[in-house]
Amino acid sequence: MKITRKRFLQLSGLSLIALAARKIVRGAVNTATVESTKAIRWGMAIDLEKCRQKEGCNGCIKACHSAHNVPQFADRAHEVKWIWKQPFEDVFPFAQTQYTRDVNAGHPVLLMCNHCDDPPCIDVCPVDATWRTDDGVVTIDFHRCIGCRYCMAACPYGSRSFNWQDPRPAIPTLNPDFPTRTKGVVEKCNFCEERLAKRLAPVCVEACEEKALVFGDLEQPDSEIRKLLRSRFAVQRKPELGTGPSVYYLI
Amino acid sequence: MNDRPFILGGLIVFVVFVTAPIWHGVATRKIALAAPEIKLPVRERECVAPVGYMRTSHMQLLDDWREEVVRTGQRKYVAYNRKVYEKNLTQTCLSACHGSRQEFCDRCHNYNGVSTLSCWKCHSDTPQVARNSP
Repeated sequence: MKITRKRFLQLSGLSLIALAARKIVRGAVNTATVESTKAIRWGMAIDLEKCRQKEGCNGCIKACHSAHNVPQFADRAHEVKWIWKQPFEDVFPFAQTQYTRDVNAGHPVLLMCNHCDDPPCIDVCPVDATWRTDDGVVTIDFHRCIGCRYCMAACPYGSRSFNWQDPRPAIPTLNPDFPTRTKGVVEKCNFCEERLAKRLAPVCVEACEEKALVFGDLEQPDSEIRKLLRSRFAVQRKPELGTGPSVYYLI
Repeated sequence: MNDRPFILGGLIVFVVFVTAPIWHGVATRKIALAAPEIKLPVRERECVAPVGYMRTSHMQLLDDWREEVVRTGQRKYVAYNRKVYEKNLTQTCLSACHGSRQEFCDRCHNYNGVSTLSCWKCHSDTPQVARNSP
């Protein structure tokens, strides 16, 4: 069969157009799938106004620490904590005026691991014992932790504690559902990862009678937490560091 | 060549001396060590893997479970018989099946002189009978 020069050019042009069209179609399909399988990013909003209502309330702290077998050492140097309270002026030193001081006096702010978007603690771990899951939870593999405490130095929020001694004797009532830790490992809040796997909210959220803690997916625009963050003024701890905390405080 | 008896005699003495433990073993009766008395599960009849595999490779299975649960969040294990188990040392292995760390794990480990890799330093070895009783 004889092919003319004109016919050859026509055919090659058509094939090029077909190739380009295929690429465009594929690209469109790919972006569509990415859109539909958007990742989860768990976050929490703490309503300070509601949290202030009941003075001296420690329900969430007690519930968390007993559920996760957190040891209670009398010596503050050995303190292990997953969730705790600190005075407002220490937590938000630049967010107060001489008039707000009275409002927050005697109402310490609830603190926990911020489960940062870009956590500095995981970058420094020499053994990959801590990492951020696909759901945005910063977690620790206690089996692998060698206790170097680099992560504790890197965390700007003081969220991590070290087991200087065997924690078991210091646990008031042992919860057999959750493993204890051992001497020489670092621990912190895990956003109740073991409960999230069973589609349950974190223990602290469930324990709060005032409903001051709201937990949800920050990637879902219509989730309760996103609605709250849209309607109320919210702050993060030390946002200037660029760690992107997932714990928000509703002022 | 007058030394031949001495050399041969010496060789024989040497061979007998070197192989003495073997002869001793043959001569004396074998000591039969009693197998460890392991308390077998009461309720469950089959393990998450065939018994032969579990005897030789339970540590590998537990290590894999640990890795999968902690690292990738896969908490369900589909066994060889299509049964689905929760990958959980305290609840699945201990509470739902074997019942006692001392009477199962420790007996065999002590018999074989193998340490237990400190699993139980963190994981609870108290079986939760109430929850898992039928």
